[in-house]
Amino acid sequence: MSASQEQIDNLIQKEYKPGFVTDLEADTLPPGLNEDVIRAISARKNEPPFMLAWRLKAYQQWLTMREPDWAYLDYQAIDYNSISYYSAPKVKEAPKSLNEVDPKLIETYKKLGIPLHEQERLAGVAVDAVFDSVSVATTFKDKLKEAGVIFCSFSEAVHTHPELIQQYLGSVVPPSDNFFAALNAAVFSDGSFVFIPKGVRCPMELSTYFRINAANTGQFERTLIIAEENTHVSYLEGCTAPMRDENQLHAAVVELIALDHAEIKYSTVQNWYPGDEEGRGGIYNFVTKRGDCRGHHAKISWTQVETGSAITWKYPSCILRGDHSIGEFYSVAVSNHRQQADTGTKMIHVGKNTKSTIISKGISAGRAENTYRGQVKILPGAINARNYTQCDSLLIGPKCGAHTFPYIEVKEPTARLEHEATTAKISEDQLFFCQQRGLSAEDAVSMIVNGFCKQVFKELPMEFAVEAQALLGISLEGSVG
Amino acid sequence: MLSIQNLEAKADEQAILKGISLDIKPGEVHAIMGPNGSGKSTLSNSLAGREGYQVTHGSVTYEGKDLLAMKPEERAREGIFLAFQYPVEIPGVSNIYLLKAALNAIRKHHGQTEVDAMDFLQLVKAKIKSLSLDEQFLYRGVNEGFSGGEKKRNEILQMAILEPRLCILDETDSGLDIDALKIVADGVNALRSPTRSFIMVTHYQRLLDYIKPDVVHVLAQGRIVKSGGPELALELEARGYGWIDPSLNH
Repeated sequence: MSASQEQIDNLIQKEYKPGFVTDLEADTLPPGLNEDVIRAISARKNEPPFMLAWRLKAYQQWLTMREPDWAYLDYQAIDYNSISYYSAPKVKEAPKSLNEVDPKLIETYKKLGIPLHEQERLAGVAVDAVFDSVSVATTFKDKLKEAGVIFCSFSEAVHTHPELIQQYLGSVVPPSDNFFAALNAAVFSDGSFVFIPKGVRCPMELSTYFRINAANTGQFERTLIIAEENTHVSYLEGCTAPMRDENQLHAAVVELIALDHAEIKYSTVQNWYPGDEEGRGGIYNFVTKRGDCRGHHAKISWTQVETGSAITWKYPSCILRGDHSIGEFYSVAVSNHRQQADTGTKMIHVGKNTKSTIISKGISAGRAENTYRGQVKILPGAINARNYTQCDSLLIGPKCGAHTFPYIEVKEPTARLEHEATTAKISEDQLFFCQQRGLSAEDAVSMIVNGFCKQVFKELPMEFAVEAQALLGISLEGSVG
Repeated sequence: MLSIQNLEAKADEQAILKGISLDIKPGEVHAIMGPNGSGKSTLSNSLAGREGYQVTHGSVTYEGKDLLAMKPEERAREGIFLAFQYPVEIPGVSNIYLLKAALNAIRKHHGQTEVDAMDFLQLVKAKIKSLSLDEQFLYRGVNEGFSGGEKKRNEILQMAILEPRLCILDETDSGLDIDALKIVADGVNALRSPTRSFIMVTHYQRLLDYIKPDVVHVLAQGRIVKSGGPELALELEARGYGWIDPSLNH
């Protein structure tokens, strides 16, 4: 091993800062999955009968389905009966305001850099915090209410707006869509709900923070965002989990619905615990995210920075149903050590003059495997549909892998598609050049990687972009050579 | 300023430098000339501490310190600057970002505070004008899509901003047309001072018409075989490298 390879290796060593555990009394269901468990979840949430029926139907479908095995991922089979499907911090009554939230929880979010009080006052970002399975607090509710925006936990929306839930739940990602979506539909315990009524521009960024705390639990949240005609909303999502030796399952579903002239911008910074250097522990992240541009001139934009998880299986997609609708996907996926990421997007062009853009940046270091998997589908009648795809891979060190699987299916002769792909290595020349100008190898790698990701970072809201850059630095600490 | 004693070095496990001794005083400009394979690049890279170049014998003292014990970035922060023969591209990282990061790394090393953003911009703008570069140049990716001449001018710009004490120019003249060569030479000449020294590594005498050296050394087969004043370069140009290295005559 050369000197600089050692340096790279040292740089890749990192400490996972959000890896602490909060000691809280929790109401946790025993491990295992059957109809009784689903009834118990539904009962704890005091759900109306339509929800229970929907869950049970999903469960029946799930029983007939097989776990997908087409992804370029290698992991031990998941024992679905060893997982607990519900865990919630114990509270006597639901908190009415932040003052009533367990101080330990507030402390946890503070440690993670999400001071709910502060954010409420200063940042003007409305936060919904989901701890293990339940939503803990939603800040800024009043101000949003004034604007007519509904932003609350999913379980609250089930009670306050059952008609919207019934109309939209599962309309973009039906439980039958895939194995993990079916599992989520059966057991999901909470999540966030957003409704932007006609003509409203959401006055602030909305944000959800997901935290897995309890051991041996899965987290199954569900997010539903509905943007009516002529609206705009920007939504941020962050995720962390403690360091544990065993793997934990995270199977979320996100559904976005954009009507005529509505725009939804959905940004994620995912930093689930990635496991240690030898690949012990870490989150298995199997997520279905899809947006439906149901109206004409609708726009849905996904931006994701994925640095965490032992396994990532995630393809945020857009169905461009409305004429002139636009879908965008900007992604940075970093995998280090033994992390494996199989991620990408699907752009389904249905309407006329629809446009999609895919910018994917994959970075692998250590012994990680990073796969881009994307599908662009142009259906007959999607006249003048256009797609631009660019996927770039960056390799750090000799033991990692980068793979690209683009699927392109065009059934409309007027469609135009462009695809560009590159694979590059951080070269010894680049590193030496930076060092010769006075930068440490670590700063040099961080600078080169940030340059590589620039196109995606500029799509992130300001404070998220800063967080993402910092995160990238930490994720690649110890990776230079 | 710099004292090289009996330096022997390998590149890719092959012995290239076979005992080089050289003393450079503050303010001096030394030209190192030699045919291909004589060890010119190995000398530059060994002084800068590049990986793959292994010093097997001898010592290098820079301003009283053991240069060979320092990491490449420490050498840079101590004031050693290598202008590359083939400057690399770093896509997405703007020129101005790199310049600022480098300057701040050096300032930090010397216990100074980070440079003020406005002061820095003023400083850089003044320097790019003197190198006939457009302001847009600052916001392009480092060397990304630059012409050969632009890349070399960018090296000189970095040198002007970072204000090193010892500049090593590794075949800076290669691939430059006469106009670009003049601009680069003017940039270097503007940086000459009684406290700053230069090592110019070159194959051709041409560069020395524009940057006048104090001493010329001729390198052959890993050794300095002749040293003299600027006239040595002219003689070398007239008689060819075969004059000092008979092995090149056939």
